[in-house]
Amino acid sequence: MDYVIEMLNITKEFPGIKANDNITLQLKKGEVHALLGENGAGKSTLMSVLFGLYQPEEGTIKKNGQVVSIKNPNDANALNIGMVHQHFKLVEVFSVLDNIFLGVEPNKLGFLQKREARKKVVELSEKYGLHVDPDAIIEDISVGMQQRVEILKMLYRENEILIFDEPTAVLTPQEIQELMAIMRAFTEEGKSILFITHKLSEIMAVADRCTVLRKGKCIGTVDVKNTTKEELSRMMVGRDVSFSVEKSPVKCGDTVLEVKNVTVASKLHKNNAVRNVSFNVRAGEIVCLAGIEGNGQTEFAYALTGLEPQSEGSFTLCGQDISNATIRERSKLGMSHIPEDRHKHGLVLDYSLAENMVLQRYWQPEFQHNGFIKKDAVRAYSDSLIQQYDVRSGQGSDTIVRSMSGGNQQKAIVAREIDKQPELLVAIQPTRGLDVGAIEYIHKQLVAQRDAGKAVLLISLELDEVMDVSDRILVMYEGEIVGEFESGAVTVDELGLYMAGAKRQKVGEVVE
Amino acid sequence: MIASVISILCGLIIGMILLFVFDADHAMYGMKSMLTAGLSTKAKFAKVLYQSAPLIMAGLSVGFAFKTGLFNIGATGQYTVGACAALIVGIVFQMPWWVALIASMVAGAVWGLFPGLFKAFFNVNEVITAIMFNWIGLFAVNLIFANTPSVLANYYGATNADRTAALESANPGAIIPKAGLDVLLESNYMNISIFIAIGFAIIMYVILNKTVFGYELKACGLNRNASEYAGIDSKRNIILSMVIAGALAGIGGGIYYLAGTGQYTIEKSLLAMGFNGIPVALLATSNPVGTILSAIFISYIQVGGDAMQPEFAKETIDIIIAVIIYLSAFSLLMKELITSVLSRKRRASATDSTDEGKEDKQK
Amino acid sequence: MKILADVLSATVVFAVPLLLVALGGMFSERSGIINIALEGIMIIGALCSCLVLKALDVSGFGPEHPYLGMSAAIFAAAVSGAVFSLLLAFASINLKADQTIGGTALNTLAPAFAIVLTWAIQGQGQTTILIPTWIRIGSAAADAGFLQRFVFKNLYLTTPLAIIILIASIIVLYKTRFGLRLRACGEHPSAADSVGINVYSMRYAGVVISGILGGIGGLSFTVAAGSGFQSDVAGYGFLALAVMIFGNWKPLNILGAALFFALFKVIGSYAGSIPFLPSFENVKSATYIYQMLPYIVTMIVLIFTSQKSRAPKAEGIPYDKGSR
Repeated sequence: MDYVIEMLNITKEFPGIKANDNITLQLKKGEVHALLGENGAGKSTLMSVLFGLYQPEEGTIKKNGQVVSIKNPNDANALNIGMVHQHFKLVEVFSVLDNIFLGVEPNKLGFLQKREARKKVVELSEKYGLHVDPDAIIEDISVGMQQRVEILKMLYRENEILIFDEPTAVLTPQEIQELMAIMRAFTEEGKSILFITHKLSEIMAVADRCTVLRKGKCIGTVDVKNTTKEELSRMMVGRDVSFSVEKSPVKCGDTVLEVKNVTVASKLHKNNAVRNVSFNVRAGEIVCLAGIEGNGQTEFAYALTGLEPQSEGSFTLCGQDISNATIRERSKLGMSHIPEDRHKHGLVLDYSLAENMVLQRYWQPEFQHNGFIKKDAVRAYSDSLIQQYDVRSGQGSDTIVRSMSGGNQQKAIVAREIDKQPELLVAIQPTRGLDVGAIEYIHKQLVAQRDAGKAVLLISLELDEVMDVSDRILVMYEGEIVGEFESGAVTVDELGLYMAGAKRQKVGEVVE
Repeated sequence: MIASVISILCGLIIGMILLFVFDADHAMYGMKSMLTAGLSTKAKFAKVLYQSAPLIMAGLSVGFAFKTGLFNIGATGQYTVGACAALIVGIVFQMPWWVALIASMVAGAVWGLFPGLFKAFFNVNEVITAIMFNWIGLFAVNLIFANTPSVLANYYGATNADRTAALESANPGAIIPKAGLDVLLESNYMNISIFIAIGFAIIMYVILNKTVFGYELKACGLNRNASEYAGIDSKRNIILSMVIAGALAGIGGGIYYLAGTGQYTIEKSLLAMGFNGIPVALLATSNPVGTILSAIFISYIQVGGDAMQPEFAKETIDIIIAVIIYLSAFSLLMKELITSVLSRKRRASATDSTDEGKEDKQK
Repeated sequence: MKILADVLSATVVFAVPLLLVALGGMFSERSGIINIALEGIMIIGALCSCLVLKALDVSGFGPEHPYLGMSAAIFAAAVSGAVFSLLLAFASINLKADQTIGGTALNTLAPAFAIVLTWAIQGQGQTTILIPTWIRIGSAAADAGFLQRFVFKNLYLTTPLAIIILIASIIVLYKTRFGLRLRACGEHPSAADSVGINVYSMRYAGVVISGILGGIGGLSFTVAAGSGFQSDVAGYGFLALAVMIFGNWKPLNILGAALFFALFKVIGSYAGSIPFLPSFENVKSATYIYQMLPYIVTMIVLIFTSQKSRAPKAEGIPYDKGSR
C-alpha cells in the first residue's frame, strides 16, 4: 500500500506532559483520514509536528516513502502540506488577499505584485465555489468566510496534503455539509485530507479511515465503514459513555430573569451586536441560547452580567431592575456567572486556589473583618469546596491556579459560582475545551441547579449540548432571536437552518 | 533572591571591566573604594542610611505600582513636587517637619493621580503620562521656587538665588529630628528618616498581604478582566494605586530635603533619586520588606561611587545599576529556568503524569 | 516675516529628530516590540557621531569635506544606534524579558555610559563634546528673503535625509514583502509563524531599524540644539514615543505630529520675540512656562487621540514559538 504521509513512532514532550507518546499515523493518497480524540488527547500537537510548528523528540516522518525533515512551516509547504488551524491564523487588519499570499508573496525585488495574486485567488475561489471578496478586511467578514480564506491559503500554495483542525466547530450544520462536499471534491482530485475532530457523526459521514488518540497514545486505526459510533466512542474515551443527560420533567416556577428589548452596540463594526432581544427565564428551567459564534451571544452575556453596558433595554432579576446595576450588585441579587473565557475573566491565574475560591465573596463579613482578610476562614471555605466539588490540584488550597488542569480550573469556577446559592446561573460555554468526564460533571451540576428550583441560562455553541441539556432553546442569529423551541420539539437540522439565518419564526415575543 | 544576587554580581563584574578599560592603573583602587567606602567610617555609613531613606520610599512607590500592574516611571516627578511642597510648607509657612512631610505626601499623591486618571479614563499608557509629568513637574517646581522669594537662600542672607534656603537658618523646626543618632554615628546627615521609611515599608507589606484592599489591588494587577468580573472597580484601583505610589515618592522627596543637609537647587534635568526607585523595586521583586535591603545596597554603592572620584566618573555606578535593571528584566525567566531544571530532575524519578489541561495552555 | 521664517525653520530642524525617532519607534512597534529605549538610543547615536565629528574636525578632514564628514557622522550614529538597540532586541526577543523594564535599563545605561566615556576621552569634568560649525549647509544672510531664511537658517544634511527616510518608510511598510511581514508579526505573530515567517528575525529587523533611525535622530537633535553634546537629549526620545502614538503608528500622521510638537517646542524658545504671545510680565523665569508647553500639549492631544488609536495588537507580548 502506498502512503503519501507516514508519521512513525512520534513522541513529543512538553514540560510536564507527554503530549504524543509513540504515535503512528499513515495517510493514503486520496483519502479523508479522521483523527479522533478528546480535548487534550494530542491531536493538535501531532498535526503541529507534521506542519513543522513543533519538533518531535522521537520518530520519523515519511512522504511517499522517503524520510523527510520538517523543521518549520516552510518545509511543510515545500512538501505540499497545508493546514487550516482551529484558531484561524489570520491577521485581522489585513485584507483577504494579503492574508492568502502572506509568506509566499509574489514580488519583484521585494516589491509586492498583487495583480497576479489576485487573479489566481479569484480563479481558485470560482473553481471550488469558495466565495470571498479579496479586498475585504478579515475582521469585517464572518467566521465561515474566514475559514474559506484559510482553505484558499492552502489551495493558493497548491498543497496536496490538507490538514483540517476541528474545522466544523464554528459552522452551522448546513455549512458543515458544504465543507464536507468540498473535502470530497479535493480527494477526487487526488488530494489527501487529515481531518481532526471529536464529533463522531462527521467521521461516519465523510471519513474513509480513522485513527483514535487517547491521552497522547495511539489506540488504533479503523476503517470507518467497518465500525460504529459506539465503538469509536469507546476507543476515544476508554469506557462506555452515555451521551444523554438524565433529567426529570421540567417544573417551572416564577420568572427569575426578564430581558426586555435589549440592544448592545458592537465594538467591531457599526451595526449593533445584539438587537432588540427579549425573553424570560423561569425558576426550575434551563434556557439555552444557541447560535453560531459571533452572532451576539458574547456581547449579550457581557451586558447581562454587567461587564459592558447595553445601549437600550432592561434586565430584571427577581423583580429588581438591574439594567444599570454594577457587577457586584448583580452578584448580591443572586446572579452567578460562569464566564466564557476562564483565563480572561474567571480566574486570577497567579492567585492560589483559595484566593480564587473567594473571588466573588472576599468582601463578605464571613471572610474579612475591618478590611483585613480572614485567612483561616478563606482557607477553611476553600478546603470544603475542594472536597465537595472534587477539585483536584497539587497542593490543595495553596495551589497556584495556573498550574492546574483546564478541567479542574473549570470545576473550581463552577464550585464557586454554584456555592453562592444563586437564583440565576448564567453559564457561557461551560464545557469548552474539556474532556468527556468533566463535561458530564458540569452538565450534571447544571441540571442539579435546575432541579433545585434555580433558573439557568446556558449559552452554548455545541449543538449536542444544546439538545441534551436544555428545556427551552432560543436561537440567536445576527444579534436577534429568530426562533424559540421547547426541547424535543426540534431537530438538529431544523435548528441549523435557524442558526444560519435561513429560517425565522414569527413569535410574539420576538417580533414586535 | 538568587536572581537578584546574580544580577548584582553581573553588574559589579561589568563595572569592574569598565574600570579596567578606562584606567587600568587605578581600577583596583576604584573598585575597592566603591565596595568599601560605605563602611569605611561611621560618617560614611550614616550617609548610606541617609540616602537609603528616600530610596526606600521611591522603591516602595515603584514596587507598589508594579503590584497593581502599573509601571510608575514617574516617581522622580512625584519626588520633586514632594520636595517642593515640603520646602514651601516648612520655609514659607514655618510649619514643623511632620506637617511639611504630610504636604510632600499630598503633593506626590496629586502628581501620581494624573497618570492614574489618564490610564483609567482615557486609556493613555501610564508610562507616557508619567514621563510627561516628570518634566512638567520639574519645570513647575522651578517656576514656583523662582517666584517665591521667601523660600530662596538669598532671602536668609546667603548669596545664592538658585537654591532653597538652608533649613538651619530658615526654620530649624522643619528639620527631621535626629534623636541623638547624629551623635552616635558622628554625622550631621543622620536622623530618624530611615526609620520612617522602614515604617512605611512595613505598612505597605501589611496592606498588600493582609487586607481586602491589597487583595483587590493585586487581583487588578494580575488580571484586570478577572478583577472586573469579580466586581472590583478596576479604574478606582488603578487611580488609588497610582495616588498611593505618588504619595510614597512624594514623602521620599520630603524626607530627603527636610534632613536639613541638602538644599534644592533649581534643576535642568530630572532627579536621579526617583528613577533609582526602579532598580530598588526590581531587585526587591516589589516586596516592601525586600525594598529596605535593596535600597540600602544601592545607596551603599552610590556612596562608593562618590569615593571613586575624581579618578572615575561617579556615573560608573549608574552603568552598574543599568546592568542590574537589564538583568532584572528577565530575572523571572531565570527563576523559571531554575525551577524547571529542578522539576525536570524531580520528574525523572516519577514516571506517571496525567494532565488533561494541556490543550488549554495552547490557546 | 523674519520671525516667522526663523520659527518655521527652527520647527523643521526640531521636527527632524522627532520624525526620525518616531518612525524608528514605529518600525519597532509594528514588529511587536515596545521600544521605550529610544531616548537611550538617541544618546548613544549622538555620542558616537559627535565623537566622529570631533575627530574629523581635529584631523582637518571635516572642514575640507563637510558633506563627507557629516555623512560619516550619520553613518556612525546609525551603526552605534543599531548596535545599542541589539541589547533591547536580545532581551525582549531571545530572553522574552519585560520590554518596558529592558528599555528603562538602556535609558539608564546610555547617559551614564556617555558621561563616563566623555570623561575618559576628554579628561575629568569635561562633559560637553563641541560640534564643529562646518556641518551646516549654506547660510542665510541677515538681509535674506523669507524663503532663503526659512530653508538655509538651519539646514543640515539630516533634513533632506529625513525626507528621504520618510518616503522610504512609507514604501517599505506598505509596498514591500518585508513591510507586510513586519506588520503581520506585530499584529498576529503566530499567524506569521504558521506561514513560515521567522518572527524573531522580523522583530530583530524592526528593533534594529529603530536603532538606526534613533541613532540618526540623536545626532540631528544635538545638531538642532546647537550647544554641543552633553550626554542628554532632553527627553526627546520619550516625546518621539508620544509623537508615534499621536501619529497612530502611520508614517504620514507621524510627520504631522512631529511638526506639531516641534512648533510648540520652538514657540517656547522664541516666546520673547513673537509679538502676540503673552509675556507673563509679573512672573519671574517665565521661560519655564514655555518649557512645560510641549509636554502639556502632548498630554492634551493624547487624551483626544488615545481612545481611537490602534496600537499593533501583539506589541509588548514576547513571542514564544515553542510554548503551548
